[in-house]
Amino acid sequence: MQRNPQLNANGELQHLLSIEGLPREVLLQILDTAESFVGVTEREVKKVPLLRGKSVFNLFFEPSTRTRTTFEIAAKRLSADVINLNIAVSSQSKGESLLDTVANLSAMQADIFVVRHNSSGAPFLIARHVKPHEHVINAGDGRHAHPTQGLLDLYTIRHYKKDFSRLTVAIVGDVLHSRVARSLIHGLTTLGAPEVRVIGPQTLLPAGVESLGVRVFHDMRAGLKDCDVVVMLRLQNERMRGALLPSAQEFFKNYGLTLDKLSAARRDAIVMHPGPMNRGVEIDSSVADGPHSVILPQVTFGIAVRMAVMSIVAGN
Amino acid sequence: MTKLPDAEKLCEKLAAELRPLVGPKTAMVGLYTGGVWLAERLHKLLGMKAPLGLMDIAFYRDDYAARGLHHDPKRTTIPFDVNGAELLLVDDVLYSGRTVRAAMNELFDYGRPASITLVVLVDRGGRQLPICAQHIGANVDVPGGMRLRLKRIDDGALRLELEDAA
Repeated sequence: MQRNPQLNANGELQHLLSIEGLPREVLLQILDTAESFVGVTEREVKKVPLLRGKSVFNLFFEPSTRTRTTFEIAAKRLSADVINLNIAVSSQSKGESLLDTVANLSAMQADIFVVRHNSSGAPFLIARHVKPHEHVINAGDGRHAHPTQGLLDLYTIRHYKKDFSRLTVAIVGDVLHSRVARSLIHGLTTLGAPEVRVIGPQTLLPAGVESLGVRVFHDMRAGLKDCDVVVMLRLQNERMRGALLPSAQEFFKNYGLTLDKLSAARRDAIVMHPGPMNRGVEIDSSVADGPHSVILPQVTFGIAVRMAVMSIVAGN
Repeated sequence: MTKLPDAEKLCEKLAAELRPLVGPKTAMVGLYTGGVWLAERLHKLLGMKAPLGLMDIAFYRDDYAARGLHHDPKRTTIPFDVNGAELLLVDDVLYSGRTVRAAMNELFDYGRPASITLVVLVDRGGRQLPICAQHIGANVDVPGGMRLRLKRIDDGALRLELEDAA
């Protein structure tokens, strides 16, 4: 049997590439550790000495502000040295291959590579070629996975709802282009959420999405009925090829989250969004800024979750 | 076979010893897991006003590079201002002194205490760092290869036990 490339011989997390295939115990270990780090982020000195002397290289082959910043803050709060490389405007444009770039950074004594790439699978390729003491964390690869976002979503859900075993969770919008949706679906299934729904127009749902164990809805009100958690996805304009949608206005009318549509969900439902939000496209401001929204706490929890992932992989 | 002292009696002894020290600025911090059990007991016996602090030193351990992150770290909660506080730092067993070193580093990330006094149920010797406790329930000789641990049984009673260190 081929070993999961994310786990070492003892079954411990060595790289974080995808939530898919991670055992429940590893997911819970990350969430529990993150909870301890939330305590650290609430005090005056927000730093712990765990990764002192280690170097974290943020390799972003695709633009990102939020994810890169939260990884940077997380690494700094663990006392690591952080080097940000914006590869889109660096050596790759001079023709250097991905693995040559990584080999060069490895020669500069890297310990952790945080990788975002527009090609699905790029972090897996890097993980296969790094030295045993080096660790790779996927910060988003193509349409494939965004495991730390999925984990922070799971953390947020557990924080507000405590227990996954009775939850109905709806993921709404552009599932086709979303790496967040895939990561979250795998995580929810592994942690035992009994009902995960995806809601969106046929053109924005991947073919065969049912095989991931979700219920599919094209009507938003029907899909939101009695949901505990509503996860809105960003309409991925930059990933959109061809005419999948008539217009943003049309999308908002059918799938934009308004207070009216939200009233179909449970009264204590929480609304999440991975950001950045397109107000008036997938979510109305009255919801984004309203009492159900936990969108900003998600960002705060994201730092603790990334601290947990980095300190777990670097110790294994 | 080493005869172990009665943890319950040691608790009462420590409480009697600490009682004259408790003033308006005194606060207590227990170290997970055994130190928290002991601290909960002492905190109640002494009727202390400041809420009890709970600390897990997982993020300050000096063996992270060799052993990785402790599997199930608890959340440290210090519900009082450390600045200027006279702290009673409580642990169950004092051995190498490394846990206490880590705990002091963590405490200083919360503020600058006026003082730290170390209180332990048992001192088993074997120090690897220049650390000593001001208040010790008992000194115990532990045979090589064994570990001394505090256990809390179902009715909440505390008991010292020896187990294989492996």
